Order: sequence, then C-alpha cells, then structure tokens
Amino acid sequence: MIRFVLSLATLIAASLPAWAGDQVSTFYLDNGMEVVVIEEHRAPVAVHMVWYRAGSADEPVGQSGVAHFLEHLLFKGTETLAPGEFSATVAKQGGNDNAFTSYDYTAYFQRVAADRLELMMRMESDRMVNLQLDQSDIKTERDVILEERNMRVENNPSALFREQKNAVQYLNHRYGVPVIGWRHEMEELGLDDALSFYSTYYSPNNAILVVAGDVDPEEVRRLADKYYGVIPANPDLPQQRYRSQEPPQTAERRMTYRDARVAQPYVSRSYLAPERDAGAQEKAAALTLLAEILGGGQTSVLVEKLQFESQKAVYAAAFYEGTSLDDTTFSLVAVPAQGVSLQEVEDAMDKVLKDFMATGIDPDQLERIKTQIRASEIYARDDVEGLANRYGRALTQGLTVQDVQDWPDILQAVNADDIMAVAREVLDRRQSVTGWMMAEEVTQ
Amino acid sequence: MMLRILSFCLVLFAALPARAEVDIQPVTSESGFKAWLVENHSIPFVALELRFKGGASLDQPGKEGATNLMVALLEEGAGDMDARAFARASEELATSFGFDQSDDAVSVSARFLTENSDKAVALLRAALTEPRFDPDAIERVRAQVISNIKSDLKNPRAIASRAFGEMVFGDHPYGRPESGTLESVAALSRDDLVAAHKGALAKDRVYVSAVGDIDAVELAALMDRLLGDLPETGAPLIGPANLNFPGGVKVVPFDTPQSVAIFAQQGIDREDPDFFPAFVLDLILGGGSFESRLMQEVREKRGLTYGVYSYLVDKDQAKLWMGSVASANDRVAQAVQVIRNEWARLAEQGVTQQELDDAKTYLTGSYPLHFDSNASIARIMVGMQMDDMPVDYIVTRNDKVEAVTLEDVNRVAKKLLDPEHLTFVVVGQPEGLPVSQ
Repeated sequence: MIRFVLSLATLIAASLPAWAGDQVSTFYLDNGMEVVVIEEHRAPVAVHMVWYRAGSADEPVGQSGVAHFLEHLLFKGTETLAPGEFSATVAKQGGNDNAFTSYDYTAYFQRVAADRLELMMRMESDRMVNLQLDQSDIKTERDVILEERNMRVENNPSALFREQKNAVQYLNHRYGVPVIGWRHEMEELGLDDALSFYSTYYSPNNAILVVAGDVDPEEVRRLADKYYGVIPANPDLPQQRYRSQEPPQTAERRMTYRDARVAQPYVSRSYLAPERDAGAQEKAAALTLLAEILGGGQTSVLVEKLQFESQKAVYAAAFYEGTSLDDTTFSLVAVPAQGVSLQEVEDAMDKVLKDFMATGIDPDQLERIKTQIRASEIYARDDVEGLANRYGRALTQGLTVQDVQDWPDILQAVNADDIMAVAREVLDRRQSVTGWMMAEEVTQ
Repeated sequence: MMLRILSFCLVLFAALPARAEVDIQPVTSESGFKAWLVENHSIPFVALELRFKGGASLDQPGKEGATNLMVALLEEGAGDMDARAFARASEELATSFGFDQSDDAVSVSARFLTENSDKAVALLRAALTEPRFDPDAIERVRAQVISNIKSDLKNPRAIASRAFGEMVFGDHPYGRPESGTLESVAALSRDDLVAAHKGALAKDRVYVSAVGDIDAVELAALMDRLLGDLPETGAPLIGPANLNFPGGVKVVPFDTPQSVAIFAQQGIDREDPDFFPAFVLDLILGGGSFESRLMQEVREKRGLTYGVYSYLVDKDQAKLWMGSVASANDRVAQAVQVIRNEWARLAEQGVTQQELDDAKTYLTGSYPLHFDSNASIARIMVGMQMDDMPVDYIVTRNDKVEAVTLEDVNRVAKKLLDPEHLTFVVVGQPEGLPVSQ
C-alpha cells in the first residue's frame, strides 16, 4: 500500500471513539468554565489545554480569518507578560506550546512536565482576559498569516480546489468560508477586529479546560479554582452561537478547477450530511460506518471495485467527519488510472454506489470494521494528547462528556439497516457538489 | 485546522532519548536476535519497531525506486494470501503494520493486540519473508507510485528536495530520488523487486524494539518466529558521500506564489566530541522553537515567513546542517539575506550565556516528555540501537547537555558554521535574488 500524495486529510481517526475509562473526571468552576481531567500516569507529563467555543464560523461577516489571526496574537503580551514571553517561558520549562483554530473552536495548549502545570495555568488564565496588543503587532503578524495562507493554500492546488468546493457546498453556512480566511479580507484585518472577537468570545464561561496526563483531579480543581475560577464570567457572552443554517439543498452542483500545477487529476464529491448531536449520535454513527464500508481501507467497496476489479482508479476513498457543530459533509474521492478520464471514473464511482444500494452490506466487512473500532479504543489509550483533543473537540462542538463516552457503544450498536437508511438519505445528488480537479488545458 | 507553527519533526530529536523512568531490558533470542524491550502491561497491546539498515540507497543504478516499490508491496500479498486476503486478515486482527523506507533504512512499525498477538506476528512474518509480488499487485502499486512521482514533479517542496539532492550528493545514491524516476519505475521487473527484497531484509542488519504488554521471553520467541527465515546477509551497504556545497543560490523556476527554499552546509557526526555543542547551537539557531534566532529574525520581527527551521541531519554516510523556509516570491530574497546574516553573526559572535542556559533548560526539561507512549518509546529505542548508543544513554544524555560550556558552543560555532558554503536551493519565481550559478 502506498501513501497517497493528494493532501486529503484522513479524518476517520478523529471520529473514532474516545476511551471511556474511569480515568476521566469532569466538573464546572463557579464561573461556568467546564473542566475535563484525564489521568494517565505512565510518564511525568501533562498536557494543559484551553478550548474556546469560538472559531472561524463565529466570525463577523467580512472578517474571515480573524479567529485564527487572534490565535496568533495571543502569543503577544499581556499586562504582565512581554510579547513572546509566553512561549519563551514554556520553552525554559522544557515544554512545548502551540495553538490551533478550526470552524467551531480555538484551542491553546502546552505539553510540560507535570509539576509545571501551575505555571501554565497562571499564564493561560492571564491571557484569557489581559491581552495587550498594539498596532505594531498587527502588521508583522498579518504578514505571517498571509505567508501561512501562501504555504497551506496558494502553493497547493488541492487546497485551492477544496476551498472553492466548500464555498459551493454551503449555500448559507459559514463553513463555506476558509478557516484561514479569504486573502482579500485577511489583508484588511486590524487591531479592532481582533480585539472585538477577543472581548466577545474569550471568557471562562465560553471556555473548556482539559488537563491530561500525570495529574490528580483534586489538585487540578484546586489550581483551576485559583487561576481560572477568579475570572468573572462574561455576562454579555452570546447565549447561543448564532449562525445562519443551511436551507434544504435542492440543486446538484458541479465545478471544475484547473491549475497548471496539477499533475494528477481527480474527482471529489461531497454531500451535505448530519453531524453528531448531543443525545442523538445514531445517524452520525451510521455515517461513520458507511464511510468505512465505502472507502475506509483496502477491503472497502470503492477500493475493491475501482482499484482491484475495474482498475479505473489508482486511489479511492470515502470520508466523514461527524464531530461538527452544524451540518457536515460526507465525501468520496476517486483518482483515475492512467488513460481513464474524469467522466469515466466518476461514472464508475456512481455505478459502485448504485450497486451498493442494491446489494447492501457484506456482514463480514461490517464485523471487521467493528472489531477495528473496538481495538481503536485500546490503541487510543496510548495517546493521551489525542484523548484530550477528542474531549476538547466534542465539547466545543455541541457534545457532552457523556456523548463522548457513549460513542463507542453507539457505533457498536449500528446495524446494516441503519447504515443503508442513512446512505439513502445522505447520498442524494441534490445536496452534493461534484468537483473535478484538472491540469490547465493545453492551448495551441 | 490551522496550527500556529508547523510541528516540525526533527531528525535528531527523534533519535535522542531522555532521563525518563524508562526501564530498558536488552533481550537476546535463542537464534541471536537482539532487541530492547520496555514492558508496560497497562494497555493490552504491543508496539513493535523493526529497522533494516540500507534502505533506498541500496537501489542499483537504473533500478531507482526498487526498494520503495518493494516495500509498498510487502502487504499486497504474502504466503497463501493475495493482497485482498492479506488486508482482510489484518483487519480481522485489528492490527496495523506501517512499512516505509528512507535512504538508510527500511522501517516497519507494527502494533497488535495481546489477545491475538500470535496471529498478528504470523501475518507480519508472511509479509516480511514471503511477499508474493503478484504481477497484478505490482502493476496496481506501480501505477500509484508513478502517480505520486508525477505529483512530486509539480510540488515545490519535492522539486527543491530533488534538486538539492542532485547538487549536494551528485552521483552518490543519496542524490537519486528515493521513489525513483518515471523511467526507472516503469522499467522495474518482478525480478528487480525480488532482488531488492533479498538485499534489503536480512538478519545481518535488523534492529528491534518493543514496548507494551509483552515480556522478555515472549519477545525472544517472537523474534525467532518473525525473523528466523530471513536471509543471513543482505546487499553491501554504501560508502560515504562527498558533499558539494558550492555556496550561493540555485533557483529552480516554478510558477507558484510562494518560493520554497532549503539550505544546507556540512554537518557533524554524532560520534564527534563536538556533537553536543553543535546540537545546542542548532537549537539556538533554528531548532524548531519560537525562541530560535531564525524564527525571531525572519518571522517574529519581519513577518517574512510562517516558519523557518534548522536541523542537523545524521544520515549514515553524510552529515548535513540543513534548514528550510518559504516566503512569497517578492519577499524570499529578504528572507534568504536575513538567514545568511544570522548564520554569519552566529559564527562570528557566538551565543550569549543566557541563550545557552535557556537552550539547556529546554533540552533537559523536554527530554523526559518524549517517553510518554508505547509507540514513541519504541521508535526512540530502535533509533538508539541503529546509532549504536548504549542502553544507559537515556540516563547520561542530560549530563552531556549540561556539560556543554559557552566556550564550547562558541568555539564550535566558529569552527562549524560556514556562511560562505551555506547553499540555497529556491523553487518558485523569486524576485531580486542574486543567483550564483
């Protein structure tokens, strides 16, 4: 098996279950900040994370990229920390720190020796409310995020294609706008935009603290009370995450993206799909299994039919990411073999889907997938940072700790009828976008 | 998901272990296979790492890409299973095998559950010792490799890496693309793959580590079963490379908005008494954190890039001090100039006591943090063995960092940093870059 160069993020790992062991404890601080502690005592390491329920899909119109820009600016100073001192202090403790932004969340984390936890809390709680920015920070850091966009998007035709395709997929929801921002809007982002987003969303009642590793929950509670607990809740925090939602999608969309830098054309189709909802994860569980069945590995239906049998494709896969606050997507990709046109490989892919809808699910395959999901709960325990991420992602995307812990059983309970029902519902061309990624046409 | 900085995998950090509480047991099997083991019975699975010294550098002239294609085919049919039967078996056991290759090694990363470890090991044994290289599998995977090579030919980072290899390593095997060329891969025969397999996977070059729910007796027996049927000896390993660092900038024109640059000069051997001072020096120069001089000067002060890094590269037959940066076409010339200035300033003026102290507290403090999972401990241990490190290295490593003095670092900076021969390869449409070649 060869790793494919197309930068198609494999999202399935992220939607596999978190380990619901009894090493997880949760509580709230008086100001409404939620805390999750995951104990893992094999190594004297702690991961300290603060997640905000605010991401690019919460941005004001016209300011795309401001959530991510603010994330960068949080490493500038506060009233008590000089610019850059945060990361420098973490490094002096032998730790590493970083941060990331997505549609639904922004998160900051440090990985340190477990006995340095208090210092991390002191600094992270400080920048939750005491950020000090000035105009000089803005220009340089804006150049940095523009170079980041250059690296991740402008230099990468697959990323440009995805960006255009997402914009077509969402008729009304902010998920159609890239997390990093549209370039023309990024260029105009200013100090006031960043500070406005900060004052709206950065507060303890909009944050989740996740601490994982060689820590004691009672000690975490004491420290969290001391550093985060003293920050007053923001009474003006929006009561709900108001976002424009998708209307029913009733018209199939098609698009072609051409770029001279494309060496290997491919076809990619995405369908609007429901996400995991608190207390109602069954449909998302069925979709998770459907993606595995259709295109999750060497024995999946698309791979068997397109790579092994007809050999119309050199690569085929299906993806579904269920952890999302609002409507997500279910996608398929097929990379044609040499001499096979995009139309041909797309037709072949549709034929596979049609046959699958008629013949249904191979029970042995479903059993193998469930075995792997069970095993993934065991393997997941080897990666405490991964577990911390799952809780952070879930809790910022509308789920509860209970939902995270129920997820493995919900996946196991899915049966073939559930999967076929959700396939019939979701694999509806009217709510899909089909994109062709192609090289430039050769002109005379 | 946007990360604030790219998590950068440092070739060197990965191989450097720590003063963590890791109890390594050296294990020798009846047949004489050696391994390092860390027992941990708290999670019912095992992380197993194998390395076979040699790797893609063993490809014969004209057969470039043979090792890459061979390794990709190991799980595409073995013993009495064709590719699909093998995949089904692996899925039923919920095991995962990762096969990969670099210039210097073929690597196998396996994890399997305690409850079916015998079956998982039998499956892995089949892949390693009885790969079928079925004609249909060869053609299927060859088409994937060719598709990837075509993509690389239009990927600025891959273009840079290829041009850099050709310039620095010349005719040495390191100068050839690991996955081969369109022509060489198209011409590979089944016999070539069989020969590559026989040459690469042999008893005389294998290194083993295991971490998890397994004890020394079980690991010894596992190795004898897993590796016992491999040939005694493989293909001769390659000799040293003569490195060519002409200095200046080589531009490879490519129409893309952001130029991608890699740069390098001569590096240092891990066995060299000056290695630790150089290692500390690299951290201060550009070793992956925000505090490095390159990151401060190029990104934080000037906003010229999202990331700029330096790293020591310890290939078996070549030692390099490398770095990378990417900047918009109209700004990359400035980025290159700032990097050159920092290189020269560090060589001439050295580092401050404060910088040295900060680097040491980072290196010694972060060391135990690497040992927090079965998978990472197994990877570190197999790397240590390949580098011929003693078992107690983990206990003594931080002392070696602590022993580095300001005088050492600044002496080594003067001696090793070589701004004149610091050589850049830039892919893109850079503006205003003085091109030397």
